[in-house]
Order: sequence, then structure tokens, then C-alpha cells
Amino acid sequence: MTESQAKIVAKDLTIGYGDFILLKDANFQINKHDIFIIMGGSGCGKSSMLRVLTGLVKPLSGKVFADGVDFTSASAKTKNKIMQGNGILYQSGALFSSMTLAENIALPMQLYTEYSTSQIKELASLKLALVGLAGFEDYYPSEISGGMKKRAGLARALALDPEIVYFDEPSAGLDPVSSKLLDDLIIDINQTLGTTIVIVTHELSSIFAVGNNSIFLDGETKSILAKGNPNELLKNPPNKKVLQFLTRGEGKNA
Amino acid sequence: MKKITFNIENNSLILSINGDILLYDDDEKKQKLYDAAKNDKITKIVIDATQLQQWDSSLVAIIFELAKITLKRKIKLDKINFPNGLDRLLNLALSVDRKPAQIIENKKSFLECIGDWGINVYTGFNKGTDFLKQSWQALKRLLSGKSVMRGIDLSFALEDCGYKAIPIVTLISFMVGLILAFVGAVQLKTFGAQIYVASLVTIGMTRIMGAIMTGIIMAGRTGASYAATIGTMQVNEEVDALKTMGINPVDFLVLPRMVALTVTMPILTMWADFMGMLGGGFVGVTMLGIPMQKYWDMSISAISLDNFLVGIFHGLVFGIVTAICGCYYGVHCGRNADSVGLATTKAVVAAIVWMIVMTGIITVVCEVIGI
Repeated sequence: MTESQAKIVAKDLTIGYGDFILLKDANFQINKHDIFIIMGGSGCGKSSMLRVLTGLVKPLSGKVFADGVDFTSASAKTKNKIMQGNGILYQSGALFSSMTLAENIALPMQLYTEYSTSQIKELASLKLALVGLAGFEDYYPSEISGGMKKRAGLARALALDPEIVYFDEPSAGLDPVSSKLLDDLIIDINQTLGTTIVIVTHELSSIFAVGNNSIFLDGETKSILAKGNPNELLKNPPNKKVLQFLTRGEGKNA
Repeated sequence: MKKITFNIENNSLILSINGDILLYDDDEKKQKLYDAAKNDKITKIVIDATQLQQWDSSLVAIIFELAKITLKRKIKLDKINFPNGLDRLLNLALSVDRKPAQIIENKKSFLECIGDWGINVYTGFNKGTDFLKQSWQALKRLLSGKSVMRGIDLSFALEDCGYKAIPIVTLISFMVGLILAFVGAVQLKTFGAQIYVASLVTIGMTRIMGAIMTGIIMAGRTGASYAATIGTMQVNEEVDALKTMGINPVDFLVLPRMVALTVTMPILTMWADFMGMLGGGFVGVTMLGIPMQKYWDMSISAISLDNFLVGIFHGLVFGIVTAICGCYYGVHCGRNADSVGLATTKAVVAAIVWMIVMTGIITVVCEVIGI
């Protein structure tokens, strides 16, 4: 893959909190239009990696480049601009509880676009319809189910037509049917809008269903143990740990 | 028949389990068993479950302890006629594939503790000043029309700390006025000067008591609510969502609350002053027999503009203090339910402490400039 295809490049990334290091000298690249999976066991630093990639936390060392721009040491203004091109779906949906679903989705549009109020309303309805929540505009987050919250969170993440959408454990807390529907939605968004998708998960069915590129983080060695298409990694696991993870421990004695 | 018996034969500890072992709680016997298993002469532990009928976790726990001893001492464990479930549970408990990280005992010397305390104070001071700086910048952005604060959020905040706070402010202030009048009346009555109860209550309420009582009520009511609301948003990743949308949480969450409380506190203080005077009047008229008109005239004549304005100024300062404390602890809240509780407590305590400190400062300044 060439650098021009790269949407996000992580160079010598070390992440952690204070003296506690989660991951050391990680190097990887997320290409445009990828559905990129960040996987690994519990506590290996997946969510921390997401917080670094989205600019919420600074890495201990190393750099993250977004479209070639150094995101980690960028000025507040540049960082803000890059962040506006990102959509993020948090584990809980992170919808603002004091706002209706339509207001949640309208918020970034009100702040960053020149659309009129009626246009914003129309767009909010469209985004909700795209995630299968047409007609739920005036509902408050407390009035809908967990799966619907995630969908609404996704609609908000898509509000500004982002080039990249990050998902933090999208399947967590969802029943298998809702989880499958969300996976299908992720693929649809990627294929129809050309959006680059980054997913932090350890849900195997989702990993194999949606991912076309991945990294496997290992908490013990604090490194990336494997890179590539998850289905390929399953066929040719580079090491025992990856095999165990991808086969739910079935390959323990392999 | 005893449920659990053990004896030592040829350096082997033989444990026989009989009948039903349910909720087994003979701690003395268990301890004797473990002590026997730890004896250096024992080279093998044999557990015979042939006579075992019903069992529960209390038995598994005993066998698990013995199994751990055998593993530690590297001696043999023989299981005779173990029920399948018991055997599987034991294997499950023993097959831990991940060891917990070693907890490093961090015993610090006295000097290190002082150093840590100093660092914490310094970090806290920096965080506090940084938050004040951010709030000030947010206020400047608001005044220059560049803030992302939404009008609707401000109106919600005004509603919450405005008219919704009036009932509690009314009740407490009325009671404080009433108490002031009672306490004053006891002394003044002995000199036949009970009419001065009106002056006492009016001066007391307008100068400081109205503001202090309103401040304390609002710290417990609104300051705590700010910390809890913003803290919960932190837990629910809503603050992260704002940040990643490029929205400054101080503009969006802190500013409307701060503006609302700063605007409403002086008004609530005025209301508290009035209600306190009314409470005092209630005692004066009904208990001390002062005619209503006379009490009212005395009250009005006791009001001085200086006292009134100093009271209102106190209210304004307390509003800012309460809003800053509530929002600061909300924004710096951790990511679990405990943290929200802690943030709320800290917000209220800090607001009250800072109110007292500010009262001291204002009093000294007023004294110096002769108000």
C-alpha cells in the first residue's frame, strides 16, 4: 500500500497512562475505504488506541498522521478541523440525554455548516432514516433501546458526512440480531458512502463479517502481533496467540 | 457419622467426606485440616468422596484450598470417587491461564508522602487555574459572539437555578429570619427593646445572612446537580463526544450554567433578604406583640444601601463560586459511578469552603474601605 492511499498512519506510537505503558512503538496504516479492525484481548489497549487516534488522549510518544497531517502535534485549530472530519460511535452511543434524537444529530450541523434550520431538520431525518430510525426524530435517548441508541449515535457520527468513522465496541450489549444489523449497516456505509471505518472490537463474528484489514494488539508483549485481513489471519495465523483469539481458544493446543 | 474426618497414615493425609456437605461452616475443623496438610511430613493428600451425597460450593472451597496446598508444596493429590461435577469444578478453579499482576507494595516514607501531597496540591492548583482560564476565555468568546453556547441550554439552566429554586430559598430564608428574631428577642426583651428585633433581622439578612443561606442552598442544590450532571456525561462518554465533534465542553456545558447562576444568585439573595425580614416580622408581630406597621417601619429604616449592596455582591460572588466548583468537579470527574458521587461531594464542600473564604476576604475589604 502506498502512503497516498493512507488515511491514518501511526508511527512509533507508544500509548499508556503515566508510567504504565499499554503499547510500545506501534506502526500501522489505515487505508482509505478500509474497514479496519483493532482487535485483541481485554485490557490490551484497544480503546486507548481509539482515544489516541481520535485525538482525545496524547500518545506517550510517536505520531498519528491524518491525511498526511501530524495530528498529535497539530495546533488546536488544525486538530479541530481534522476532528470535524471524524465521526465516532461510542460504546454507549453517548447521545446527549437532554436533546431529542433529531437535536443530537442537528448539533454538529448547526455548529459547522451554513444550512438553514429547515435543511438541518431534513438532513437529521435523513440520517435517522439511513440507520433505520425514521420517525424517531422527537424521541429522547432515554425512550429508546440500547441498539437504537447505537444507531442514533451512528446517525450523529454521520451528520457531517465524515471521511472516517470510528466505532468503539459496536456490538457490545446488543443481541445477535441487532449486532448483525449494525454490521450490515457498517458495510453499507463503507460501500455506499466510501467512508473509512475503524472498529475496536473483540466480537469475532463482527470481525470476520465486516473487517478487511486489522491489527491484533497484545497486552503481554505490548505490541502488534499481527496485521492484515482477519479472514486471512484465521487461515494463516502468524502465531499461537492470534490463532487462539480468532478461534475462541479452540486452537489452544495447535 | 461425621461429615468430614481426616487422619494421617504413612505420611499421607486421608480425608473422608460423608453424607451431605451443604453450607459447611466448621471453621475450627477446616483450619485443623489445612494445618495438617501443611505439615512437612505429609507427602500425599487423599480425598475419598465415596460416601459423599449432596454437596455445594462450601465443599469445593475446602478441596480447592487443599489442592492449592498440594500445588504449593508439590505433593500428590489423590481423588477417590469424586462426583463428575465436583471434579470439573475443581479443575476449572485450578486451570487459571492468567496470573494477576504482582501488586507492588508501595510503602512510602514520611518525606515521600509530603512530596506526594505537594505534587497533588501543585497539580490541583494548576488544574484549577487552567479551568478558570478556560472559563474566562469561554466568557470572552460569548461576549464576542464566537461561543458555541446554545441559548436553549442557558434558558434551561436559568429555569433550573431560577424560579425552581425559589420554594426552598423561601422556606429556609423565612426560617432563618424567624430564628434570628427569636434569638435576638430573648436578649432585647430583657431591656424592653424588642422593637429592635426588626433592625437586627433586617441588617443581618441584608448584609450577609440572606446571601450566605442562599449560597449554601444553591451549593447543595445546584452546585451538586452541576457536578452530577456533567460527571454523568463524562461517564457516558458524552463529554468525549463533544470533544471529538470539536466542541469545547467549557463553552457548551460550563458557560450556560455559570452565566445562569451568576445572574440568578443576586436575585435569589434579594428574595432571601425579603423572606428573612418576613420571618422576623412573623415573630415580632405574633410573639413579641409589635404592631405590624411599626415593625415594617423599623425594618425599612434599618435598611442601608451599603448593607444591601454588600449582600447582593456576596450573592454574585457565591454564584460564581458555586458554578465554578460544580462544573470543575463535574468536568474532572472519573469514569465510574463512585466518581460521580465523589465529584458531587467535593463540589458542595469546595463551594461552601470557598464561600466562607470569600466572605472573609469581602468582609476585610469592606472594613478597610469603610463600608
